[in-house]
Amino acid sequence: MKHATRRVVGLSLVSLTGLAAFVIVAMLALILLDVVKGGASHISWKFLTESPTDGMMGGGIFPALFGTAALTLLMTLAVMPVGVLTAVYLHEYAPPDGKLARAVRVAVANLAGVPSIVFGLFGLGFFILFVGKGLDRALGYEELHWAQPGILWASLTLAVLTLPVVIVSTEEALRAVPLDHRTASLALGATQSQTLARVVLPGALPGILTGAVLAISRGAGEVAPILFTGAAYFLPDLPSSLNSQFMHLGYHTYVLATQSPDVEATRPLLYATVMVLLLLTFALNLVAVLIRTRTRRKAASGH
Amino acid sequence: MLDRQAVMQEQDLAPPVALPMLSPEARRRQLKEKLIAWTITAVAFTGIAALVLILVFVAKEALSLVTDTAAREEASFSKMFLPQLVRKGKPLAYVWQPVSGVPKVSMIPLFIGTLKTTAVSMLVAVPLGIFGALFAAEFAPRRLREVLKPTIELLAGIPSVVLGFFALMVMASFLQETFGFTSRLNAVVAGLGLALAIVPVIFTVTEDALTAVPRSYREASLALGATPWETAWKVVLPAAAPGILAACVLGFGRAIGETMIVLMASGNAAITSANLGDSVRSLSATIAAEMGEVVVGSPHYALLFFIGVELFLFTFVLNMLAGIWTKKVIQRLKGGAG
Amino acid sequence: MPPTPATPRNKMESRDLTLRYGSKVAIKQVSLAIPEHKVTALIGPSGCGKSTFLRSLNRMNDLIAGANHEGTVFLDGRSIHDRTLDVVDLRRRVGMVFQKSNPFPKSIFENVAYGLRVGGLKDKAKLAARVEKSLRGAALWDEVKDRLDESALGLSGGQQQRLCIARALAVEPEVLLMDEPASALDPIATAKIEELIHELKATYTIAIVTHNMQQAARVSDRTAFFYMGELVECGPTERIFTNPQEKRTEDYVTGKFG
Repeated sequence: MKHATRRVVGLSLVSLTGLAAFVIVAMLALILLDVVKGGASHISWKFLTESPTDGMMGGGIFPALFGTAALTLLMTLAVMPVGVLTAVYLHEYAPPDGKLARAVRVAVANLAGVPSIVFGLFGLGFFILFVGKGLDRALGYEELHWAQPGILWASLTLAVLTLPVVIVSTEEALRAVPLDHRTASLALGATQSQTLARVVLPGALPGILTGAVLAISRGAGEVAPILFTGAAYFLPDLPSSLNSQFMHLGYHTYVLATQSPDVEATRPLLYATVMVLLLLTFALNLVAVLIRTRTRRKAASGH
Repeated sequence: MLDRQAVMQEQDLAPPVALPMLSPEARRRQLKEKLIAWTITAVAFTGIAALVLILVFVAKEALSLVTDTAAREEASFSKMFLPQLVRKGKPLAYVWQPVSGVPKVSMIPLFIGTLKTTAVSMLVAVPLGIFGALFAAEFAPRRLREVLKPTIELLAGIPSVVLGFFALMVMASFLQETFGFTSRLNAVVAGLGLALAIVPVIFTVTEDALTAVPRSYREASLALGATPWETAWKVVLPAAAPGILAACVLGFGRAIGETMIVLMASGNAAITSANLGDSVRSLSATIAAEMGEVVVGSPHYALLFFIGVELFLFTFVLNMLAGIWTKKVIQRLKGGAG
Repeated sequence: MPPTPATPRNKMESRDLTLRYGSKVAIKQVSLAIPEHKVTALIGPSGCGKSTFLRSLNRMNDLIAGANHEGTVFLDGRSIHDRTLDVVDLRRRVGMVFQKSNPFPKSIFENVAYGLRVGGLKDKAKLAARVEKSLRGAALWDEVKDRLDESALGLSGGQQQRLCIARALAVEPEVLLMDEPASALDPIATAKIEELIHELKATYTIAIVTHNMQQAARVSDRTAFFYMGELVECGPTERIFTNPQEKRTEDYVTGKFG
């Protein structure tokens, strides 16, 4: 090819890739603009603190906010110990090239790819119909108590879904703790578990927090897994016990978007709900990014 | 050779003394350490257990399709996968109508629906994701790249229900006006919504694969007089090819399993046609839409779980493939040679 | 100095110690004594196994995957590989200072108190007393006594290394292993560490790995020369440097290779 043609072809192809990147960013911008344009004016203190009224055609989203918060809190309590300890096993305890460790890694990678709706089925089939039913039988409940959709089962389902997120971030955090610190601790006569508790985990804490925040952000936005495990269309009361159903921002969005009798009337409500949900997840992601960059910078400047 | 004897003598090495017992304190400490190690190992089984339990319990609820005579009658595999007589005098057809006098349970319309939305999304997301990643990894100035990556992470952080909302409220109307679709919600709308969800997946995994290619590859190519584009196309892309394939497979798996976007934007009509402008019903959306009204233990209920098993297996195979290919790119680049 | 006085007590001895990483032999049948209250220097070209040998004295090599050993090491006549000697107890008795100073990202006080805390000491007054004593022992007290609560990472390189020595001393070990403790330091900080080693040998038994032959000559009573995983020669430092018996030792100490 002649030099000039080569340059033209190259330049146009490079611009093509630039265009692709631009389109992706533009789509994000479009979504954000549309949501903010449609929702910003409707967000108010009242909207955030009131219950829905008029058959969900008016009022606020407080029960959905509360339900989302309670759900993700329970989920975090369940997923963090398991996720962190699994990562600790993989990085600190497992023999290198161990078969179990490899199996755990493969399982975790595959768990991350299981469709979220399948997690919903799993939550129904395992937590509600198997564990819940078993509990009811064991505890002597005559009517359904645990064997029904509720916030505990929904949060545990989400905990299984977010497990890979926590494991992967924690392992990255453990990798960032210098080996020096472990050997120094062991040389001073600390046991492995003392080294873990006093040196390794404190050193990995920012990364573990990043994992927690990412898991919360993921868990707060997932709707499919909670469809059959506890999310409610409308509830006048906040969830009061672990087997109560709950309202949820994401599910509320789905309901408002697809099941409203009057689309135009609910539009501002819908947009405002979406905006709150987006702000929530973006804020969480931003926190995660900030923790991560801060620790990376620290790690780079330390020593 | 060394004169070991001389070395020993010079140092006056003494014989060992008798061994006392392990102190009780040390024994307690060792026991505690062992307990902790066992606990941590036991917890590590959770990930494996979760994966196995998911398959077992989703399959368990679908089991009545095989074990129960009534269910086997209503939803046999031939009824699921072969064309059936729907109405007398009409040709055989594939119909999904599980709630009706005579339930029709053909999975073919659902497969077609899933394939159509997935195909549309891949058609858009693969070039966008790969080209975008190529731009970020090869051509973008540093500052731009540092903005680009977090932006795409932000896109990845958008909950799928929000993408479904956007497809339903904004894209559907726009696309209908532009292309004149007869049904407002269709495979194209759902597919484009899906594309928004899988572009970040493809972008991120591709970008990782591209940046894993050693700088020396690029320098060698540029030194031979190749332009940056030729270097990217003929050297970097082939080196990262398995990783990019893995990216596409992961995106494909995500698209097949994604629920809320399709549920909200596809129209949910189980139509068997080749027209992308028709409404479609995907496997995942079928579960989401019908599980709420189904009688626990009925053939229809078991069928929905059976769809779950199918989705699990599809994505499992795709993930394993992606894992193998990702490993391949790492090995290849570590080994140096192709 | 004439040869060592009549049989000083050997604090530690290795007996035919062979150490492999997988199938690669790192040290081969090393028999070496570490006499009590003396400084034993381990010298040799890099990769000769001197560091590996040092690390095997408090079983830090156990941490490396695929490491296995034959032969053993005696501490006060007791095999350190015996099941009746707990490795944690061993490491409390045989402390270690590493080549690269590795303070924890904690305060100066907490760094020194670390070994005591993991050993179960909770009494605040006792902790403070032991921390002060150790810092004095490492000749660091006067420099840091007013900022014990500040991060150890704010200290200079030399101070950090002395902090690591103080941290090791706090556990009151009987033996102190030092793996090129001054290699990353400037001459002034190095001189301070060497001076410290002189003072410490009254209380402790010291084994030090060094690549610096002047340093070995300055600080040690006995010197062991390692080459390709084998102990070639060992004896009083002066004799090793002035009258080596082995050709390879002579070549090395006169700077012909290494």
